Amino acid sequence: MSRIRIIVNGETREVEEGQDILSACTHQGVEIPHFCWHDALGSVGACRLCAVRVHSGPEDAEGKIEMACMTPVADGQRIEVADAEAEEMRAHVIEWLMRSHPHDCAVCEEGGACHLQDMTVATGHRTRRYDGPKRTHRNQDLGPLLTHEMNRCIACYRCVRFYRHYAGGRDLDVMGAHDRVYFGRYEDGPLESPFAGNLAEVCPTGVFNDKGWSKDYARKWDMTATPSICSQCSVGCNIFAAERGGRLRRLQNRYNGEVNGHFLCDKGRFGALHLPDGARLSGPRVRGLDVSAQEAITAARTALERGAVAIGSPRATLETNFALRQLVGPDRFFAGLPDLEAQTVARMAGLLARHGAPSLAELERCDAALVLGEDLTGTAPRAALSLRQTARNASDALAAEKGVPKWLNNAAQVAGEGRKSPIALVTMLPDALDDVAAWSMRRAPEDIAAFGQAVAAAIRGERADAEATAIASALQAAERPAVLSGFGLARPEVVDAVAAIAEALGEKTRLYLFPPEVNSMGLALMQAQGLERAFEALEAGKAETALIAEADLFERADSLLVDRLFEAAKEVVVLDSYATRTTARASITIPCADWAEAAGTVVNHEGRAQRRFAAYPGAPAAAWRTLASLSDTLSGWATVDDVLAELGQALPHLAPARDAAPSVTFRTPLGKIARANWRFSGRTAHDQAGGIVRDAERADPDSALAFSMEGTHGAGAPPALRTGYDVPGLHSASAAPYLTDANGGHLQEGDPGISVLAGFQGPDAAPALPAMERGMRPVPLHDPFAGDEIGRRADYLAKRCPPAQVMLHPADAKRLHLKAGDLATVDGLHAEAEIVISDAMPEHHVGLSAGRVAPRSLSRIVKIGRQG
Amino acid sequence: MKGILDSIGRVGLKLFTKKYTQQYPEEKPDLPARYRARIVLTRDPDGQERCVACNLCAVACPVDCIDVQKGETEDGRWYPETFRINFARCIFCGYCEEACPTQAIQLTPDFETADYTRAGLIHDKADLLIAGQGKQEGYRYWSVAGKAIDGKDKGEAENEAAPVNLKDLTP
Ligand code: SF4
Ligand code: SF4
Ligand code: SF4
Ligand code: SF4
Ligand code: FES
Repeated sequence: MSRIRIIVNGETREVEEGQDILSACTHQGVEIPHFCWHDALGSVGACRLCAVRVHSGPEDAEGKIEMACMTPVADGQRIEVADAEAEEMRAHVIEWLMRSHPHDCAVCEEGGACHLQDMTVATGHRTRRYDGPKRTHRNQDLGPLLTHEMNRCIACYRCVRFYRHYAGGRDLDVMGAHDRVYFGRYEDGPLESPFAGNLAEVCPTGVFNDKGWSKDYARKWDMTATPSICSQCSVGCNIFAAERGGRLRRLQNRYNGEVNGHFLCDKGRFGALHLPDGARLSGPRVRGLDVSAQEAITAARTALERGAVAIGSPRATLETNFALRQLVGPDRFFAGLPDLEAQTVARMAGLLARHGAPSLAELERCDAALVLGEDLTGTAPRAALSLRQTARNASDALAAEKGVPKWLNNAAQVAGEGRKSPIALVTMLPDALDDVAAWSMRRAPEDIAAFGQAVAAAIRGERADAEATAIASALQAAERPAVLSGFGLARPEVVDAVAAIAEALGEKTRLYLFPPEVNSMGLALMQAQGLERAFEALEAGKAETALIAEADLFERADSLLVDRLFEAAKEVVVLDSYATRTTARASITIPCADWAEAAGTVVNHEGRAQRRFAAYPGAPAAAWRTLASLSDTLSGWATVDDVLAELGQALPHLAPARDAAPSVTFRTPLGKIARANWRFSGRTAHDQAGGIVRDAERADPDSALAFSMEGTHGAGAPPALRTGYDVPGLHSASAAPYLTDANGGHLQEGDPGISVLAGFQGPDAAPALPAMERGMRPVPLHDPFAGDEIGRRADYLAKRCPPAQVMLHPADAKRLHLKAGDLATVDGLHAEAEIVISDAMPEHHVGLSAGRVAPRSLSRIVKIGRQG
Repeated sequence: MKGILDSIGRVGLKLFTKKYTQQYPEEKPDLPARYRARIVLTRDPDGQERCVACNLCAVACPVDCIDVQKGETEDGRWYPETFRINFARCIFCGYCEEACPTQAIQLTPDFETADYTRAGLIHDKADLLIAGQGKQEGYRYWSVAGKAIDGKDKGEAENEAAPVNLKDLTP
């Protein structure tokens, strides 16, 4: 592609060739009103709002009114957005669209951040001249996550284009004809796609909105927004955490061109907020008694003096894990995970350090892919959404050969003839991505690594079976082949198989390895061994106290091991935000900030360190701060910067983490960056002279962000600190493309995050899975709607999440005398799950919902029975 | 001297002109209905709360002294779960009234809002909500809005056609 010159509103601009006028102008910051065009979905020309006058060259004095989204840019073209005739046309389009629009703004969640409002105001339309009756629609019940108010629809088709074409959903469509078209499901019921929540942002009107937010509603301008990182998986999607009155009201996408682009998954959007009352740890407790914070600290100090092991967490930040490590020393710092997982993730980190760790944006550019063993939609949903785009590349390439550009969305789909990129899925169970795969292969967990090794062998030119050879040649033929796996099966040997494929394919491989949690990678980079070693230290009397931060050990490790560990420890000190099975076993509990309440750095699957910040003041202290107060040697830690500086000295490969966001002393010419909008209301409604909240009480020591409206707004802030897009006249998510350099491109000042993999040496091989006796082998089952130990309790997500399962092959069920629907027991203990019988489950294996029925990695056989 | 006598004379003449001073509080002033003082929340002709907690008054308020939290009733109406105005801050500009799409919030001529404590100047919904329609009579937002509530289905608001039959493919 080459650069060409176009003249927009009299100004010459250099833009990339091969795109439409609307895209080109948008990324130059020139606004052209639009509805149906979407940065990620391309152009369809449905709304006719983007009319502009286009002169083909200097000699074309008259020009033509054209749809900016449907017209390619050309050298020498002259574009007038403010042309009188074009303006008049746009005003008519709005007037027509508003003809049947309900008088709803006052009771519409979208109001104040609505693209339709913005466009209507921009064209100056204010009174409805047509006085005939308004067309109306009935709504549907779309389940616990989204509202549906069809009267507000303007038929831009963004929803179905996203839901069906982009996200592969099947149950939402457009129905009816004429001005009566209807966007909904075939019948009432929850939207099936785990990406349905994006409709709330994709729809330019108030048809779809976040139900949890609607129930605890505040206008966008009335909520502070804080840049944060989703806590629900290792992708680390960038989000805005919106708060009012000390309550998180909703989470929204925050554009990061390398990580999540415009979209989140539902687990991320609806997880980890709106938790029921009583889920939080109420206050510090020592041996069952409520105590003051100071008493708890003193008790914890005394406990530490008896010699302690510290147990870190993949849910906790680098700062908190490092505080634990510093408190007890590196050889007494352990990961709150079985050794098998700790070593496997370390192996992943080492492989990514060696082969390079590409982003999800890069995945969408790949031309072939192999997923080995991972239920990607269940473990890293956003990555599955990216792989769906990878699948469309072959179709887009065919269309391009025929001269149809990708941005001409509908035409490109027809011209692409449904051709699919070569994608191979090798999984245990039928997979959500099967519809985009060229090869959907089912293998028992033990055979998956072997299959991967066969593909590697075939690439090296050795003999292999036909399927492995076919996949190998597709990967070899590709320019940018992607190989993906993770810890979803809890089978370490799969990671080594993927490593063998990457090795055989050479430089061009794009390697993706998804560990289970938001900071699994960060914890692995701190080189901690697993819980077995912590138990040994306690058992051997090297320590008496177990100090645990932000981890429910039962969630991740075999309860037999965790129970033994608790028995070996004379004192168990736990810091956490929510009450868990582990806090219930602690002798000392100290509440700390949850994921949204404190600043901290987490490392995603690609080794990208990203910072999240406190969403509101007044929350309990970050775990690392409380930990620092347990030792005089850490008393110098005042801010996250101090912690990360010391971390960089102790573990040099993690030194860049400090630059994941500007330092706490960073200031713009206007001072700090404001979390609150200029329009934030009600600030003086509660104050009585002398009782005004002083800034000091709302200070945020760990960021350059202010809890008030004073300071820089929007794009004036560096990308990692942005609290909004703040494009004048645009208040919805549709403002994001004005800050990027191309459709699906980078933020103009660079996407947030920094790699911390360089220089990390991982183990040479993944650990060996212990040999198991004959019996039922457990395999974790994942669900895209099942959040982590906190997200699972979130009101709205929990309602959407399917029940936990204990899945058996019919032959096993028969042998064990179990029926579908029986309430299951695992090792004689009641599980809150029903027996599900499925042919797809390999024999002698039992699928257990990860975290809900059993920890995700369990390296021994289990006994399955029926309750009662 | 002459000048002084002249002044005394002119001032003395004022004794015989019309008097403007009113003996407040014994004598109450007669203020026009549009006078901007005590703020009230009114009800629609059915006696239902008019305010739908849209927050437009709060955002229009130049001193930010209104705080509203939206709630939702069983029958689907939005309503203010809390509605608070700090009269220690209010400058009686009337912007809130102008912004209100439901004619719920109205300024009235009752200017006697002084109080002995600052806390007493913070008025919550119970203090603000009156029984009647105030000076704007007859307006019922829910009859105009497209959002359905119990007793007003889709297609039953003013100037609305019956809901579309999705199976209908006629042009
Ligand atoms: S529901 Fe929303 S996204 Fe879908 S066509 Fe209507 S306005 Fe567009
Ligand atoms: S759960 Fe994962 S994929 Fe979903 S929004 Fe959060 S980080 Fe992104
Ligand atoms: S009258 Fe003016 S200052 Fe008083 S509450 Fe209304 S908008 Fe605010
Ligand atoms: S503007 Fe009117 S309807 Fe909206 S919150 Fe204020 S009083 Fe209520
Ligand atoms: S944006 Fe161009 S026609 Fe809709």
